[in-house]
Amino acid sequence: MLEFLSRRLFAALFTLVAASLVVFGVLEVLPGDPALVMLGMEAQPDTLAALRKDLGLDRPVWVRYFAWVGDMLTFDLGRSQAYKTDVATMLLVRLQVTVPLAIGAVTFAILLGLPLGILAAWRHGKAGDYGVMMFSQAGIAVPNFWIGLLLVLVFSLGLGLFPAGGFPGWEKDFGASLRALALPIIALGLPEAAILSRIARSAMLDTLREDYIRTARAKGVAERDVLFRHALRNALIPIITIIGLFFAFQVGGAIIIESVFYLPGVGQLVYQSINNRDLVVIKDVVILLTFFVLLINLAIDVIYVLVDPRPKIKA
Amino acid sequence: MRRSLVMLLVAVVAALGIYYFVSRPKDAPPQPPANAQTAPTPAPAPAATPPAKPAKDSVVIGMSLEPPVLDSSLNAAAAIREITYQNIYESLTRVDRNGKIVPGLAESWTVSPDGKEYVFKLRSGVKYHDGEAFDASDVKFSIDRLIAPGPDNKIPAKNLYVSIEKVEVVDPQTVKITMKNPDAFVLFNLGVADAAIVDPKSSPTNGTNPVGTGPFKFKERKEGDSLVLVKADTYRNPAAIKLNTVTFKFVKDPSAQINALLAGDVDTFPGFQAPELVDQLKKDNRFAVVIGSTQGETILSTNNGEGKPMAKLEVRQAIAHAINREELIAAESGFAIPIGSHYSPADPAYIDLTKTYPFDLAKAKELMKAAGYENGFEATLKLPPVGYAKRSGEVLVSQLGKIGIKLSIVQLEWPQWLSEVFRERNYDFTIVAHTEAYDIDRYARDGYYWNYKSEPFRAVYREMVATVDEGKRADLLKQLQTIIAKDAVNGFLYQLGKIGVWNKNLVGMWENSPTPSIDLTEVYWK
Repeated sequence: MLEFLSRRLFAALFTLVAASLVVFGVLEVLPGDPALVMLGMEAQPDTLAALRKDLGLDRPVWVRYFAWVGDMLTFDLGRSQAYKTDVATMLLVRLQVTVPLAIGAVTFAILLGLPLGILAAWRHGKAGDYGVMMFSQAGIAVPNFWIGLLLVLVFSLGLGLFPAGGFPGWEKDFGASLRALALPIIALGLPEAAILSRIARSAMLDTLREDYIRTARAKGVAERDVLFRHALRNALIPIITIIGLFFAFQVGGAIIIESVFYLPGVGQLVYQSINNRDLVVIKDVVILLTFFVLLINLAIDVIYVLVDPRPKIKA
Repeated sequence: MRRSLVMLLVAVVAALGIYYFVSRPKDAPPQPPANAQTAPTPAPAPAATPPAKPAKDSVVIGMSLEPPVLDSSLNAAAAIREITYQNIYESLTRVDRNGKIVPGLAESWTVSPDGKEYVFKLRSGVKYHDGEAFDASDVKFSIDRLIAPGPDNKIPAKNLYVSIEKVEVVDPQTVKITMKNPDAFVLFNLGVADAAIVDPKSSPTNGTNPVGTGPFKFKERKEGDSLVLVKADTYRNPAAIKLNTVTFKFVKDPSAQINALLAGDVDTFPGFQAPELVDQLKKDNRFAVVIGSTQGETILSTNNGEGKPMAKLEVRQAIAHAINREELIAAESGFAIPIGSHYSPADPAYIDLTKTYPFDLAKAKELMKAAGYENGFEATLKLPPVGYAKRSGEVLVSQLGKIGIKLSIVQLEWPQWLSEVFRERNYDFTIVAHTEAYDIDRYARDGYYWNYKSEPFRAVYREMVATVDEGKRADLLKQLQTIIAKDAVNGFLYQLGKIGVWNKNLVGMWENSPTPSIDLTEVYWK
């Protein structure tokens, strides 16, 4: 177990270093000068040069790379060039929107998708199965931003049950903040629930065909126990894999959904920073997101071992 | 069989339900408020409204783009100017809603006959939001930093103030500005956001905590979300200001902007940028949609540089003949005014030059032949990421295609556009709205991205700038417009319209945009 973990940890670390090089390199070759964006169309050449120097852009590439890595290692995220505020402060505020949104959407997907998938497998070839399959086809086909617009149309403009967008802030109004995230969570989570129900269905169908299920049924085990203790446990590996992937997907999904619901989250911060060529913010946020995804992957690996002790140790 | 019938029935009912909400007439009695703060449960029917309800004193203003900082000396973003100008900061003069120059922090001024000396009499009793008193030394400080020579002066708009030689404090209420040479636009330029008067003490932190003399003071900001101003108790004439709280809310996506308006989360979008969605708002009788003028001359910027086919006058004339402005404006849903030169139709010195090279494909083809491009040529059209550029770009590909110019569209982001097209001049054509006021001076500049060089234009320009007499100056401005129209420097397309959307009961918003500003000093609820 320990050896397995340390090997995974090493691989993650290697990925992180590689990612930092890629992020830095891409920003290096990305056209667009941050100083020019700040000064606009009336920028004078002497001013541009002076501002580039202020921003530290006149230093050699490798100096800037190691300065950045050094700062990250000491947990110093630096200051946004465009906003003139600390990146850590900005990020902390944005995470208050995006973390609940991501966890909420994945939870919603699990709570809806998993039971539907089990139901479909259990009622294989019957109406319930067809209903779930219809739902999952539609959910996979329809993009999340469109679901978002439809939800706003019905539940906020039509029925007035939820706000159309915006986020009041947890400390200001907890209930309202919760309600503000409800529709975005559904919009983001619904397509994931659709995918999950499909994966869960086929994984369950596979295990339900196994001999030990027939044996369990033959010896009179209650159907509920057959489904959940025997079949589901053994179908968990693909399900966990897909749930882990969902967390990584949240990053891209958040940019779109936060834009539809005008939520001040991390996705919007990334988008805006790219448009402002706010290099410090882009670098920091992208590498932190990479770190986060690696962490999730590591957690998934550990869960694999806990759920199914067979494949571990020997790789 | 029966089961599938039941499912079909369910599907039909669901579809009808969705259809009901989608197609529900928007001018039906107002729906229950969809506001999270006020309606945790579906709102009950409103009780009879109390007779003497105090007038509403807060407003939520929607904006597409968020300002990075709140100090225009640090960054060129228009959103900074829109929020801060007239609301937080004031300048010596002031550009009013129609573009007229009126007193600002200076209550009056005199100009010497040679146009080289301006003496400003300042208002008394003016205070900053932090209680500091305003006087002539602040004016000197603020303008000195605009005109400071050398690279240490990193103010984006410093180029506007190069004709100012020095600023002197005559007494605490009087300032004298001496010019290197007369400048017809100095009073205008001293009245825009870039010339905001600030206190030396608070100026270093104005980016994140702006302090000015205006009627509203900065309260708080939630980055990526909103910014709140409140009425300043230090303002010299508090009775004139009707609003107590102003919230700017940042919503980028056009359909989200519509939702925010319809849900009542936002009272106005002063600069709505999706003309194709305006019809949806017009149907809703809660909103007024007002089309005003901007300073945004939208042009097919053309690289006149050596070695390009467009260096030849005939080619540029051919392009001018091939441009059909009616089609272009139709693509903007009609919210634009045709222009024939680089000058705002809202200005008194404007002349209509749209007939200089009327739409005439036969003539255009003839000119292409005369220039030696009978079979046309290939060129790139590098577009910035704005709606009007995308829409006009597609129309122009087809229009210029008819005379053999095969344009291929390259879509760029703003930072990339600024570097590649604007700075490095690595382009053939682009489409952009030049939104600065009186920006015809760009045609007299060396190294501007159009690569246009005309001695006659520069001579008239120098004369115009040095002319103090308004009538004579207008004549010269007309000559300038004519020269660039005849030279067909760029494809002159249209003046962008400002689409203002606001709640019908909100009074006093600017209809036009003579300078970037969402001036709230005269805004109130009916």
